[in-house]
Amino acid sequence: MSAIAPTRRGAAQSPVAPGSPVATESAVWALLRTVPDPEIPTVSVVDLGIVRSVAVTPERIRVELLPTFVGCPAIEAMREAVAEKLVTLAPEVEVVVSYAEPWTSERITLAGREKLRRSGFAPPAGGAPTDELGSRGPLLTVAPVARCPYCDSPRTLLENVFGPTQCRSIYFCTACRQPFEQFKSV
Amino acid sequence: MTLPGAWPAELTVDALPPLGQLLLSLADDEFVIGFWDSEWTGIAPMLEEDVAMSSLAQDEIGHARLFYDELARLTATDADAIAFGRPMGDFRHARLLDHPRTDWAFTVARRYLYETADAVRLEALVASSNAPVAEGVAKIRREERYHLMHVDAWLRRLAVGQGEGRAKLDDALRRLGPEASSVFAPLPGEEELVRDGVIAASLADLYGTWTGVVGPVMRELRLPFDPIPPTTGGRGPDHGPDFAWLWTEFTSVARSEQGARW
Repeated sequence: MSAIAPTRRGAAQSPVAPGSPVATESAVWALLRTVPDPEIPTVSVVDLGIVRSVAVTPERIRVELLPTFVGCPAIEAMREAVAEKLVTLAPEVEVVVSYAEPWTSERITLAGREKLRRSGFAPPAGGAPTDELGSRGPLLTVAPVARCPYCDSPRTLLENVFGPTQCRSIYFCTACRQPFEQFKSV
Repeated sequence: MTLPGAWPAELTVDALPPLGQLLLSLADDEFVIGFWDSEWTGIAPMLEEDVAMSSLAQDEIGHARLFYDELARLTATDADAIAFGRPMGDFRHARLLDHPRTDWAFTVARRYLYETADAVRLEALVASSNAPVAEGVAKIRREERYHLMHVDAWLRRLAVGQGEGRAKLDDALRRLGPEASSVFAPLPGEEELVRDGVIAASLADLYGTWTGVVGPVMRELRLPFDPIPPTTGGRGPDHGPDFAWLWTEFTSVARSEQGARW
């Protein structure tokens, strides 16, 4: 068990009696696809790549979640929503927050990227910026380019790397003159 | 969330094992700078910086929670008790972080000195033999990259801008320079951490790495940079009146009703 945050572990009480048919992993994943991101409900926790693993035994379901940012205030809400969604499948549900591998923006699925774009959010572009300590580059040249989610123009300006949540930056489209947000590359 | 039970009276920070000392220093540094910087919310020099500083501070406090959680596992307490239930004199953040936010140039100067030092320290922990530390640091470094870019841009902007901003930046760097090395103050039991591969090098060695990184930037920008090697007094227990005020602020809710839940 490599979750670094044991105090943020949650278990849900289930109406399922012991001895009921064992839930399948695919049934668990199917339900997880219906758990929305608390801020952008058009994408699910699976679309965002937040679910790291699902383990199913006759006694319990165990799910590991990867926070997009270490201090993400939404992770508790997601943990609770996942636990509540799965209680119908097993007598015991354990949802843990894990850092066993870092969540990266590459974990957002293709379907997730498309759903984000349709909701007015540019998906993360390429990999994380490669800027290293001591580099001389000005901020703008290392920031990946975002395409406007409204008109698809690449003529966008990074207004602020830091946005309304830890995981989003603020851009402006010079073609359709629309401000929008992009998921940060991490 | 449960408000803290009290920090157990029998648990003194000086009695923590070396790993606990390391976790406490990492957590307290991030926690305290996060609180100071969060004070810019609403009053930063421009709207973009209101948003940026709020986000940066939120990141730092998130990093602190990760390290406090791990320390809580070692000491059978909880992160809130360590953060909000601990006496003022048990904080072990670096002396560099004892000062209030002051003005914008001071905040930029302090953030630059701290973030560059923190980056050197995190690099020495990314291959730690302690799995939770290595895993947490791998995630944190992805966020800290943005912090470095942000403060590097501001240091250059104020340095090149001349005028009042440059003068204030010079003053702040002169004032903070001698304290910057406190991030690398030796920790009790540090030799054990190096021997066991928890950290890749001694803090004294990391201080050398840091001066090698920051020195050339400061020379290029002709900014004052006169660090002095770290000493044992770099991490409290006496943190002075400014931190006493901050501690009173950030513990005020927890102290108002012990054990309350929200």
